[in-house]
Amino acid sequence: MKKIRLNRAVMYVFLTIIAVVSLFPFYWMIVSSTNQTSQINSGKFTFGDQFWINLHNLSEQVDLGVVFWNTSKIAILSTVFTLLICSLAGYGFEVFKSKNRDRTFNALLFTMMIPFSALMIPLFIMFAKAGLLDTHFAVILPTVSAAFIIFYFRQCTKSFPRELIDAARVDGVKEWQIFAFVYMPIMRSSYAAAFIIVFMGSWNAFLWPLIVLQSTELKTINLILSSFNSAYAPDFGLIMIATVMATIPSLVIFFAMQKQFVASMTGAVK
Amino acid sequence: MSVKKAKLHRLYDVNGWMFVSLAVGLIALMTIYPVIKSLWLSLHSGRGVVTHFVGFDNVVRLFYDPVFKKSLVNTLVFLAIQVPIMIILSLSISSCLNASNLRFRSWYRLAIFLPCVTSLVAYSILFKSMFAFDGVVNASLLWIGIISDPIPWLSDPFWSKVTIIAAITWRWTGYNMIFYLAAMQNIDRSIYEAARIDGVSPVRQFIFITVPLLKPVILFTCIMSTIGTLQLFDEVVNITNGGPANSTLTLSMYIYNLSFKFVPNFGYAATVSYVIVVFAAVLAFFQFKVAKDK
Repeated sequence: MKKIRLNRAVMYVFLTIIAVVSLFPFYWMIVSSTNQTSQINSGKFTFGDQFWINLHNLSEQVDLGVVFWNTSKIAILSTVFTLLICSLAGYGFEVFKSKNRDRTFNALLFTMMIPFSALMIPLFIMFAKAGLLDTHFAVILPTVSAAFIIFYFRQCTKSFPRELIDAARVDGVKEWQIFAFVYMPIMRSSYAAAFIIVFMGSWNAFLWPLIVLQSTELKTINLILSSFNSAYAPDFGLIMIATVMATIPSLVIFFAMQKQFVASMTGAVK
Repeated sequence: MSVKKAKLHRLYDVNGWMFVSLAVGLIALMTIYPVIKSLWLSLHSGRGVVTHFVGFDNVVRLFYDPVFKKSLVNTLVFLAIQVPIMIILSLSISSCLNASNLRFRSWYRLAIFLPCVTSLVAYSILFKSMFAFDGVVNASLLWIGIISDPIPWLSDPFWSKVTIIAAITWRWTGYNMIFYLAAMQNIDRSIYEAARIDGVSPVRQFIFITVPLLKPVILFTCIMSTIGTLQLFDEVVNITNGGPANSTLTLSMYIYNLSFKFVPNFGYAATVSYVIVVFAAVLAFFQFKVAKDK
């Protein structure tokens, strides 16, 4: 019995240390947004009074409204289109099964393993030739059809009751109407889960936007953050406020939809 | 087959292709075409878009390129050290969280998962500021007494690698934990009860029961982490910018530099990118084989 209690104690200590380490950077981020750079660099981890000065400095350097508009616009558009295109495909592969489509689906699964670094140069050349560099369209287009999300929707469709489709067909409802008015409303929670993964992926994207977007007025929050950070003497005070702002949307979505979030992450392995 | 049936069958097929065509077309255009084009590019060399055919010269050049070798070794070092540390850590955390009558279970889970919510750029900047020479990490370690002199986390070739590894581990451990926790819920509790009655220690239960039963999930997470680490970019750019002296330069960052920072040599950059493709292909093959054996 004594040994078990000791094991328990070790376990609690271990978990507590891990939890503290996991949370500390969040605390650090918030505290540092109230301090000035020299204090951040010397490791001050108590609240200061520089918050408004940092915010003022930040808003003088960038137009925060524009940056947030750019980031939200890209994230929302690419999420909406990804969900639409990938759920159509997932539904199509599962409801209209055929040998050739299954072969196509397997080929799509293999594209999941292709690293983005091998695509970025040809993609860059393609968009340059089309004269579409430095547009939000170019940021969004390569992301809207993702094999992983198609796979996810196909898995979800497996649990969709077929009788509903058959009944609608008997009533003479067109196939696209079945999808739009029967399937989509019933699969709300699957869409919610996919929304979280896709939105976060897009909100947090860095490499492709970095390659495509050159004009300051088109840049997303991550690009702005990175360029502040790469300055010779970065002003961490204002950077920290921008970091807080970049993190808040993800945090809000996470806390609002915690259940679906965990479900979406594990849904694919089951 | 009657005419009517054949007609219905055709309609079924047309509908099927209609539903998948947009997604398939986009993947063909945005993934499959570029990956083939990249192979074609790798046989060329030149500045920007003015290129000429050089055959396998680019591959030969890889062998004489010290920066490439350095970035390859760095990437493999990150892989070989970071992935096992993270997998073992998140397995241990998950099995602690899975213990019966644990208090504050959901709070621990929430706290440990939270790092996954941050953007890669944002957390990289946090780590850069925390690991500054006079920063909060050194200050804390000095205060506890683990070290007597501050560690040059960002300016020493060895310690900068440690910093990057620490950062990635912080960001992704909770992510992997969620997969393990989900899989552990499917393990029958009575196995552990039986083991406990037989006097098997918790550590041995972990090694001989939990790990073997989770093998498929562990393999899945290993492969996903490996592919992720092979493409490591955001962290090294924003924490160390590849430095000091290229000691944290990764393959992805080298490809980026070759294409967009130096005088662009897309052909050679594409060749370097195919090194990552080959690694990923080997992994894909491996995963495919294991999945088939199941």
